[in-house]
Amino acid sequence: MGHHESNYEPKWGIAKWFDERLPVARMVSDQFIVFPTPRNLNYWWTMGMVLFFFLIIQLITGIILAMHYIPHADMAFNSVEHIMRDVNWGWLMRNMHSNGASFFFIAVYIHILRGMYYGSYKAPREVLWLVGIVIYILMMAAAFMGYVLPWGQMSFWGATVITNLFSAIPLVGDSITQFLWGAYAVSQPTLNRFFSLHYLVPMLLVAFVFIHVWALHVVGSNNPEGLSVKSSDDTLPFHPYFTMKDMYMSVVFLTVYAFFVFYMSNYMGHPDNFIRANPLVTPAHIVPEWYFLPFYAVLRAIPDKLGGVVAMFGAIMVVAVLPWLDRNPIRSLRYRPKARFFFIVFVVVAMLLGFLGAKPAEGWYVTASRILTAYWFIYFLVIVPLLSKMETTNRRMPGSITDAVLGDHGKLPKDAQTASSGQ
Amino acid sequence: MTATMDEQQEGTSRRNFLYIGTGAFASVGVASVIWPFVDQMNPDASQKALASIEVDIAPVAVGQAITVLWRGKPVFLRHRGAAEIEEAGKVDIGDLKDPQTDAERTKKPAWLIMVGICTHLGCVPNGQKSGDVKGDYNGWFCPCHGSHYDTSGRIRKGPAPLNLEVPEYSFLSDTKVKIG
Repeated sequence: MGHHESNYEPKWGIAKWFDERLPVARMVSDQFIVFPTPRNLNYWWTMGMVLFFFLIIQLITGIILAMHYIPHADMAFNSVEHIMRDVNWGWLMRNMHSNGASFFFIAVYIHILRGMYYGSYKAPREVLWLVGIVIYILMMAAAFMGYVLPWGQMSFWGATVITNLFSAIPLVGDSITQFLWGAYAVSQPTLNRFFSLHYLVPMLLVAFVFIHVWALHVVGSNNPEGLSVKSSDDTLPFHPYFTMKDMYMSVVFLTVYAFFVFYMSNYMGHPDNFIRANPLVTPAHIVPEWYFLPFYAVLRAIPDKLGGVVAMFGAIMVVAVLPWLDRNPIRSLRYRPKARFFFIVFVVVAMLLGFLGAKPAEGWYVTASRILTAYWFIYFLVIVPLLSKMETTNRRMPGSITDAVLGDHGKLPKDAQTASSGQ
Repeated sequence: MTATMDEQQEGTSRRNFLYIGTGAFASVGVASVIWPFVDQMNPDASQKALASIEVDIAPVAVGQAITVLWRGKPVFLRHRGAAEIEEAGKVDIGDLKDPQTDAERTKKPAWLIMVGICTHLGCVPNGQKSGDVKGDYNGWFCPCHGSHYDTSGRIRKGPAPLNLEVPEYSFLSDTKVKIG
């Protein structure tokens, strides 16, 4: 994967024989055991492993749920209740799956914001960033289609609103929506194909996660200082230093997750999804799952159908092209106080948009959504490119990762050896 | 030597021709096979078979409305009173986002028949029941994103781009309507 010399030495004859034919043990050793990793990674860098855990949880519980679920408009709702009440441990599988989706998004949002704060999207990691965006879009597709499967009121009307986004496309919009539905409205053919595609997307996710890790291992991890690795002093082997750090955070995440699964399993759901889908009655307020709320707020902020849809997709696309909007050579916002200020404002704005997405589209909520939507686009399209040109650091950056970690001791390695023995 | 060179030149051009020809045939072949894989997603024969229904409108008194399901979509049939018809008729067409006269939208002024799906993002607007919120124009109001429709089902305020769709329909008799 990466451009590193392999130092894997098979210990036994059979391992040597196998290594010459399929060097899978060598790959694991090079990429996940001795892999040189910046020594200064903090806990924001542990989300990769957390995301890996949740991907596995979603795959296993999803395969199990598919053994008991029936993708038919007349039976889907009841089959989900059947899973909850009759299937052995079915309640656990479903609660793990539905809450797992939410925790997957919590981790991915932390992961993305970490990348934005520490400039992990900048050269040479642009492709890594783009693959990450593809993964995020696939996750949204999987989550959306999965939410439709229980065939409750929110499932049905969420599916209706989201598929109708495509009807905003001029000329071919109606043909596209009928193509997506397989009917003239969201109905049985729609549910059936969403089930099929909900099963497909995770396979694509696994493939893109592999590409994401591959791209990461070609260029190596960024780090909180945003400095490139200059010598082997700057790194530590991935195992045990970072496997342990990642495991620790994974356990913290799984603990909170378990609390939700067992004690607050419907907290992040919507009560209307306990009502069977009814194509004749729309719920008073259609609300997507929490992880879509900021984009839903953007959609509703624009008082024009096509404009709203374009703004919503655009809000994701401006994040994708961030590597080309911000060309400032300093990666970490630790050394860019102005950019850091506007970034923190952006995080607050994104959260407020999430709050507004859950509110009805009326009164001051709409006005606030418009102001915050404007900030979202101004941040990416004006503030980031301007600061990229204008901002030079006003603090002395350390010369290397080792300097940053060890301070003066790092700069004088020979003297430090004698000095440190007296400490 | 010359023989070999001739052979090479001839061979190269023959090869180019074969490569391009094979590539072209392969592309056409693949393209022609893709269509069934795409088209299978479009509405199937059983969906198209549901394309028309007959509705008995005799029991619907003036001021009442019923909702029937057609192609999986709700269809509103409203028996309008004189006041509603007058209100719909006197609107200045120039003010409308999607200009249509009330006469263009109805076959008999007393009966307003239209697909009950908001043209914004597909919710079912309120206004069929007497207790519903009917919006600023006394017709229908979509609670999802706040579109207001008038007594002719025309968009007057909010994000929806078009009037509520009038489906193809015909009066089989004074009390029977065929939709579709």
